[in-house]
Amino acid sequence: MTNWFEDVAELTHKGQIKVPYTWSVGEVGSRFLVALRDQKRILGNRCGQCRTVFVPPRNRCGKCFGEIHEWIELGDEGIVTAHTIVRYNHPIQPTPTPFAYAIVKLDGADVGFIHIIKEDLGRLKNGVRVKARFSESRRGHILDIDSFTII
Amino acid sequence: MARRVAIVGTGQTYHRSQRLDVNGRELISEAVIRCLEDCEVSIKDVDAIVIGNMDHFESINYVDAWSVEGSGGHMKPIMKVTTGGTTGTSVAIAAYYHVASGLFDRVLAIGWEKNSESDTSAAIITCSDPIWDRFSYAGAIPSLATEASAYMEQYGVTQEDAARVAVRERAHAGNNPYAHLRKPITIEDVMNSPMLAYPIKLLDVCPRTDGACAVVFAAEGVAEKIALTPAWIKSTSVRHSTTWFGDVDYNTGLVSLTRASKEAFEKTGIRESVEEIDVCELYLPYSYAGLKWIEAIGFCGPGEGPRFVSEGNTDMGGKLPVNPSGGVMSTNCIGATGLIRVAEAAIQIMGKAEKRQVPDVKTAFVTGFGGCWWSDAMVLGKKKPL
Ligand SMILES: [Zn+2]
Repeated sequence: MTNWFEDVAELTHKGQIKVPYTWSVGEVGSRFLVALRDQKRILGNRCGQCRTVFVPPRNRCGKCFGEIHEWIELGDEGIVTAHTIVRYNHPIQPTPTPFAYAIVKLDGADVGFIHIIKEDLGRLKNGVRVKARFSESRRGHILDIDSFTII
Repeated sequence: MARRVAIVGTGQTYHRSQRLDVNGRELISEAVIRCLEDCEVSIKDVDAIVIGNMDHFESINYVDAWSVEGSGGHMKPIMKVTTGGTTGTSVAIAAYYHVASGLFDRVLAIGWEKNSESDTSAAIITCSDPIWDRFSYAGAIPSLATEASAYMEQYGVTQEDAARVAVRERAHAGNNPYAHLRKPITIEDVMNSPMLAYPIKLLDVCPRTDGACAVVFAAEGVAEKIALTPAWIKSTSVRHSTTWFGDVDYNTGLVSLTRASKEAFEKTGIRESVEEIDVCELYLPYSYAGLKWIEAIGFCGPGEGPRFVSEGNTDMGGKLPVNPSGGVMSTNCIGATGLIRVAEAAIQIMGKAEKRQVPDVKTAFVTGFGGCWWSDAMVLGKKKPL
């Protein structure tokens, strides 16, 4: 047996998969995003079976599998139930650091709404009240809410 | 010893090229709700879920958890199964294994695809080895076309022979309200459609479809209480090969299908397949498969596929109707495609196929096809297996 492998050059190939996507938002999600875009309103909906109020709204309850038909307008304020302040930069982050990822319990909702807080981070703690700040140019996207600000 | 297992309910979406009104989860829930209503089983009574779709087609990499609002799987055991084109039959066979094992009495199998959300070729190429096959042999159509042209040269098969299969599939799809493409076509239509890669033309291949399918598998003792006529799983067989595209002998038949069919037939005592099988739902992604692959199964000898088809044997009313649903060439929501074959075969046995019903089906045969020439096979029957 020869030791041919001792001086072989070990190659690697760089690659990237490039798959374009066009995701269907669906009728339920589209109604939520259009209200965000055109009216700066935050809509939720309530499960007819277990009464959970969801935001973003969905057509069927993940918990009890009940159908959801009842739409509810939620406030644009809520309280922070959990958060983290991000200090490291990465291209996937929505905004330069420091900023916070926060779970916001919007008034009238039973589940948390995931969003970001950019300012006043020194005052951020769980239980603090926050308000949605809408971005100037809105396109029917979750970031039509620019961020939440501490009241 | 494996427990006996039957299909007791099925559901599918009305398949379309693009369903903008629903997202993936909502699409799944349509099929699941239809399936649960079909067998009058509550989601509470479902013990486990097996779900599958194609990798990279929607860029969701934890579909088992992501889909719970659609599947009803919250706080249940869920397993994702992905095997390329065979995903739907793998999902069915995995659900069958779950119940046959004795650990679960009622298992919900789900296949789905939101084909409209991505570029099929860009996503599907990730099945090829990134060092050796991805850059020198890309996409599903060229590899099928290579197989077809070898088959044509070997047996003098013509493009018109293959077009006859496309015409049959579309004629059958007209009887299926769920099928995606239902407009009848002629041999001339197929011949005049644009050439993609010789000898495959646009109307020789399957479409891209948004759709979902769901099937409930139940154990002996439970199944008879749920369904008037359960569709019993008599045998299953799986044959996967390597993924080196060059290792396949394009001048022989589809070896994995020959072996899977042979095993599935032997397990359930089928000797004269054409005589003993009443209806088939075969995974035929392109027209030439409707000739060459029925030879691989053994319905006729090598090179005899064109005559077998042109004599009308595989038409509705023929000796062995193939794809009363219209098959893959009429509907192709890939992760669901194999499971639709299984569901349609079960529907035939249960006598629920309405306009596409083949009379008095006692035995149905299903195949799945995927990736680099691998195959699944399943025999279903009206009579509980011994
Ligand atoms: Zn609920």
